[in-house]
Amino acid sequence: MKKNSPWAGVYMALVLVLLYLPILVVVLFSFNSNPGRTANFQFEGFSLQWYQNLFDPVTGYGQAMINSLTIAFWSVLLSAVIGTLGAIGLARRPVRKSLLGRAGAVALSMGEQLAVLPIMIPEIILGIAFLALFTALKLPFGMVTLVLSHITFCVPYIFITVKGRLATLDPGLEEAARDLGASPFKALTTVTLPLALPAVLSGCLLAFAMSMDDFVISFFVNGPTTTTIPLKVYSSVKVGVPPHVNALCTVMLVAVFFLVALGQLLQARAERRRLKAAQEAE
Amino acid sequence: MKNRVHRREALALPMAAYAALFVGLSLLYIIGLSLLSRGEGFGASLPATGENYARILSPIYLRSLWLSLRLAGLTALFCLLIGYPFAYFMVKAPPRARTWLLLLVIVPFWTNALIRIYGWKILFSASGPINQLVMALGLAQRPLKLLYTDFAVLVGMVYAMIPFMVLPVYSAAERLDWSVVEAARDLGASPIKAFFTVVVPMTMPGILAGLVLTFIPSIGLFFLSDLLGGSNTMLWGNLVHNELLKSRDLPFAAALSVVLLALTGLVILLYRKKGGSAETMVF
Amino acid sequence: MAEGQALLSLRDLHKVFDTQEAISGISLDVYEGEFLTLLGPSGCGKTTTLRVIAGLEAPTKGVVLLNGEDITRLPPEKRQVNTVFQNYALFPHMNVEKNIAYGLRMRGASRQEMREATEKMLALVQLEGYGKRQPGQLSGGQRQRVAIARSLVLSPRILLLDEPLGALDLQLRRQMQQELKRMQQSLGITFIYITHDQEEALGMSDRIALMREGRFVQIGSPQALYEQPETAFAASFIGETNLLRGRAAAVRDDGALMEVGGISLPVDSQLWISPGDAMCVSLRAERLYMSPVPVKEPCQLSGTLAESRYAGGERVCMVHLPDGQVLKSRHPTEGEAPLSVGDQVYLWWHQPSAVLVRDDLAQEAL
Repeated sequence: MKKNSPWAGVYMALVLVLLYLPILVVVLFSFNSNPGRTANFQFEGFSLQWYQNLFDPVTGYGQAMINSLTIAFWSVLLSAVIGTLGAIGLARRPVRKSLLGRAGAVALSMGEQLAVLPIMIPEIILGIAFLALFTALKLPFGMVTLVLSHITFCVPYIFITVKGRLATLDPGLEEAARDLGASPFKALTTVTLPLALPAVLSGCLLAFAMSMDDFVISFFVNGPTTTTIPLKVYSSVKVGVPPHVNALCTVMLVAVFFLVALGQLLQARAERRRLKAAQEAE
Repeated sequence: MKNRVHRREALALPMAAYAALFVGLSLLYIIGLSLLSRGEGFGASLPATGENYARILSPIYLRSLWLSLRLAGLTALFCLLIGYPFAYFMVKAPPRARTWLLLLVIVPFWTNALIRIYGWKILFSASGPINQLVMALGLAQRPLKLLYTDFAVLVGMVYAMIPFMVLPVYSAAERLDWSVVEAARDLGASPIKAFFTVVVPMTMPGILAGLVLTFIPSIGLFFLSDLLGGSNTMLWGNLVHNELLKSRDLPFAAALSVVLLALTGLVILLYRKKGGSAETMVF
Repeated sequence: MAEGQALLSLRDLHKVFDTQEAISGISLDVYEGEFLTLLGPSGCGKTTTLRVIAGLEAPTKGVVLLNGEDITRLPPEKRQVNTVFQNYALFPHMNVEKNIAYGLRMRGASRQEMREATEKMLALVQLEGYGKRQPGQLSGGQRQRVAIARSLVLSPRILLLDEPLGALDLQLRRQMQQELKRMQQSLGITFIYITHDQEEALGMSDRIALMREGRFVQIGSPQALYEQPETAFAASFIGETNLLRGRAAAVRDDGALMEVGGISLPVDSQLWISPGDAMCVSLRAERLYMSPVPVKEPCQLSGTLAESRYAGGERVCMVHLPDGQVLKSRHPTEGEAPLSVGDQVYLWWHQPSAVLVRDDLAQEAL
């Protein structure tokens, strides 16, 4: 394939600038020493004032962050279990029809479709649906309902990622394990699961991001005393452009960059180690 | 080995049960609710009625539906026009540049959507940087009204949805067998012809996934139209939000959601018909 | 186990996949310490048979007996039978040592036991020092040896090998064939080996079970299969042969007279022909002699030399008979008579060289 013409580079640079423009603006004004209402428009000087009391109880961002992280943690953890089990159960479908009975097979198939549905429809539908259901079930709105609803959209990410990975695994590996004396359970835990782990982790990462970022569903199912970062930002931003939000954004951005860079570093190190070992083999 | 397969399938029961309960049941529930009348407080009451749907057929709501669909369609379109070339150039870039580009596209995707929209709010506001620049350059006497316009909402939507176009297209283009393109050139196709007759059809799965992924969510992102469009914009998502929280009319909000669900179902059906799958949607 | 009793018995096994019958009623006895090869073209059912023995497939009908015990429904992990898979199926997330020790780990062996056994195995397959390598860092031949070690370390009663040398280049294959045979003989383990390469089968096996379309065609020693094939398929699958077809002119106690294009040829035969029956004999190319003039031999046919190819130590010729059949012959080039294409030549053979076979390829010949 031919290389890109220089115009391609210009185009991409332009798009990237537009992509990062709002982010840069937010970051820039987070360091504004302007304490007043024009803090997001008039840049006066450099200051860390907005960072200093960012997580003070009075601003509410601290608690929101704790809530968001807690919800994300539990949602991802439970989704990982449910989703991975689901992927293992549905990865290799038998050709024959007997098994759990045709009704059972159909039920599982429907279950699979329903499990994946949350990422294919607008979240607002689920928001309302959950609101209605939880009200009817008389569940207390708060962390519990938030986690329950987050699980529904976290599961598909993990399920699909793991299922995809399992599909590429050589079925002969589990057979070899059985041949060598492993019970079906042992074959699963010593061979299949370790090999599926990278997919589980990447699915979890994706689900984590989705959970932290969720606004629409959380909006409908949160309680009077709980709030998450997206919800808090929304309520703050509806009325104006409070500079604390800038500081919060910058902090989260740095965290993301840091994590991504860490991931890349670890990957590169693993690659280098693998290459070295391969060279030694020759 | 028949038994192994039986037992294995049972592992999927928790997932199926969870989905059946929380997704299936709740959706069925709101479908049911949409056929009831408004109750006291936040509830619904009998008698069962199709009145909610009848209301939706009125001009106001139909217009809102049309506007929402139009916005979603424009979003998907612009995402395609802007995002496809980007993804295409990404694939043709040297490997090291490609990793960086991928990273650069994914990082905004990871930062909070609200915060990114917030950035646009600052940019578009009357005293924001864009207006400051425009006035300083003497291009206008008074600040341009950028915020709280349809334009702002469209920009915000495209901005938020673009990674959902770039990533699937990139996936599809990455798997492209370039020797096929070369064969087309060899047989006499100009670069442009080769692009439209070979590359585009071969990246169609990515395009379809991208279109679906940028179209469907757009209809429901009420916070976006809320923040950038203000109270002027009454998109479908805003309607649902309003009916629920301001009017407290649960059955009507449910009906609005069901209409949205039906539309989504239609889009997904079309997508499947054209050969799409759920897997391509999670890149 | 009594002397002469089979270690493994397959009794009337059938296996149906969807609507396809992969194996249709096969029965076989395998004896302790022997090297038995399941030989046949792709799709003949040899892999299915192996998987049924290993327990990875359950037969639709039939019984598998190990040492007299019915293991037909026993799951694979409980059988004292281990498999070397065609693509080796080494666990990519474990190093060589861990791969080899896997079976022992499943049995609950102590770390000490595992270490000792692994060391012994690595020495046996000549991979000492490779313990910490990852499968991805090994060559094909090395991976194959790890696969063998992984199965052998468990001292199975029977080792099943599914075309283990298929992915290796020619030279390596020859080498590994010798190594495997040596290993089998020194360890005394029963090997059931699958291949579609008849040369490999002839060179390594104590007995060969030739399969075709889900059934056994012939079971016997390599010599028996080569010298005394029972069917046309068996004759042509193993080594190279001519299938000469004719009609029974007369039947005697010790043989028959086969008429080919008007010529009557004496043929050693079995009991089951009547005059007028169609006959088919297998004539190995290297058992044919060629002369420019008629010779005083009862088994002789004349024809036109259509092709003559020089192949170093030997010459390969194609002779067209008057009735349309073609015979291929091989002759040492030393002291050969000069013959040109188009010449009339006379092919003759010693009577026992022509083996009467059941014509199961008749349809294809048409």
